[in-house]
Amino acid sequence: MGQFMLLLHEDPRGFAALSPQEIQAVVGEYSAWRERLAGQGRLAGGNKLKDEGGRWLTGQNGRVRVVDGPFSEAKEVIGGYFMIEAADYDEAVAISRECPHLRYGGRIELREVDPIHD
Amino acid sequence: MRDSGQGAVTVRGSVDLLFRQRAGQLAATLTRILGIDHLDRVDDLVQDAFVQALKRWPYAGVPDNPAGWVLRVAKNRAVDELRRQGRWREKRDELERSILPAAEAGRAFFSTELTDDQLRMTFACCHPALARDAQVALTLKTVGGFSVDEIARAFLATPATIAQRLVRAKRALKEARVELKIPAADALPGHLDAVLEVLYLTFNEGHGASAGDALVRAELCEEAIRLVELIAAHPVVGGPKVNALAALFLFQAARLPARVDAGGDQVLLAEQDRSRFDRALLRRALEHLRLAARGDRVTSYHLEAEIASCHALAESFEATDWGRILDCYDRLLELAPSPVVALNRVVAVARVAGTAAGLKALAAVAREPALERYGPRYAIEAELLERAGRTGEAAAAWSRALALTASEPVRRYLHRRVAAAG
Repeated sequence: MGQFMLLLHEDPRGFAALSPQEIQAVVGEYSAWRERLAGQGRLAGGNKLKDEGGRWLTGQNGRVRVVDGPFSEAKEVIGGYFMIEAADYDEAVAISRECPHLRYGGRIELREVDPIHD
Repeated sequence: MRDSGQGAVTVRGSVDLLFRQRAGQLAATLTRILGIDHLDRVDDLVQDAFVQALKRWPYAGVPDNPAGWVLRVAKNRAVDELRRQGRWREKRDELERSILPAAEAGRAFFSTELTDDQLRMTFACCHPALARDAQVALTLKTVGGFSVDEIARAFLATPATIAQRLVRAKRALKEARVELKIPAADALPGHLDAVLEVLYLTFNEGHGASAGDALVRAELCEEAIRLVELIAAHPVVGGPKVNALAALFLFQAARLPARVDAGGDQVLLAEQDRSRFDRALLRRALEHLRLAARGDRVTSYHLEAEIASCHALAESFEATDWGRILDCYDRLLELAPSPVVALNRVVAVARVAGTAAGLKALAAVAREPALERYGPRYAIEAELLERAGRTGEAAAAWSRALALTASEPVRRYLHRRVAAAG
């Protein structure tokens, strides 16, 4: 069993035009998806990230440069992440395909957590 | 997107938690608190509260009291908005009173105050200062909680057109200094008529969508029914005419489950499975019909409701009382003459007096300019011509009907008739 991270990339302005009825449908789909995963013991966590650009830090010539990350002007930002348990990438992909994020223009970056053994 | 017209169609009561209805209810209350001049900000606040729910609930799970959650978010943003406008102290008590803490949110939505907010909003949106299409768009957006896209699809317009229509409507409200209130008895008739016509248009579009993949948009019918029943139950604005309209809607809505088959195609009245008519809606319709009979005036809504009841209550198509229906059409033409009514009467004439009589009645109406680009005029003609054995002319008429429809299910049906007659 491995742990996988789903990084949810999205358009920061993406949901603004959805109708209440469409929002209800998406919420329903997410509920179903989460319930399935949780029921199988595969949902290991997840967090929404704040709707802002955060901070970008870079080291240059021995100095650290800090700038505000872009948000509303960006085409794509990371909205949040989920952690799931799966046997391998095939299984993790099968789970991720069903994530409603993909139905509304979002992109999922799926990465396996490296289990580091001594 | 998501049409509810495919397959079996049911028209639910207003008991379910629907985001769309909650959005409309929230908009009505916030408009009262923030003021009708700030309708744009109200729209943003409501939309934003639901978008916040959409962004958070996938990670945190749906809260135990979703309505309360959305309410709290909207209230917090309303507080921010009022602070920004420097009106917080003036409005604080009103806001606290109207938007109760989350735990009581469920009860709050059934209070008289909420109903009155929605009625006030409906009367404002249907104010005579606005053009009819603006009234319809604004009511559906603000009271009904429909999105610009959903309204555009329902009324054969582009989203840009509807958005413009809403901008102009809001400006007209400001310029006419329209107040948010339930009209006093002396001002009522004109205002009420406008509201009822808006609801009639909305229901009609939901009942037989003029364009798109779905024949029926049940949510438009549901919204029209919800609002007409709110109005009917109100001590000041309710009355027999409103009951008559409610009865009309409910009789039509009761038949919706039989109107569309599993493939999304329309089922003709003659072939509808009457066991699928919604009995609960029929009961509600009959109750409203009873209340409609209280008054001493017979309005066109009364007559239309009676016609609808003849269809909905007949045990079978063959048992339909066409004589009574024809009588209603005759009275309807006296009361409110219109080409479409005269056209629909032709169908009743044919049933009562035969195909030749029907064709004669049709000839008298057919040259009305208003009907020249009206698809059903040719469909009715085609049906009668086929019955009279004039299949060549019938095929031509079916083809003309086909050319004039933007509805996919109707198009498919007319294709079949063209093929069969040709």
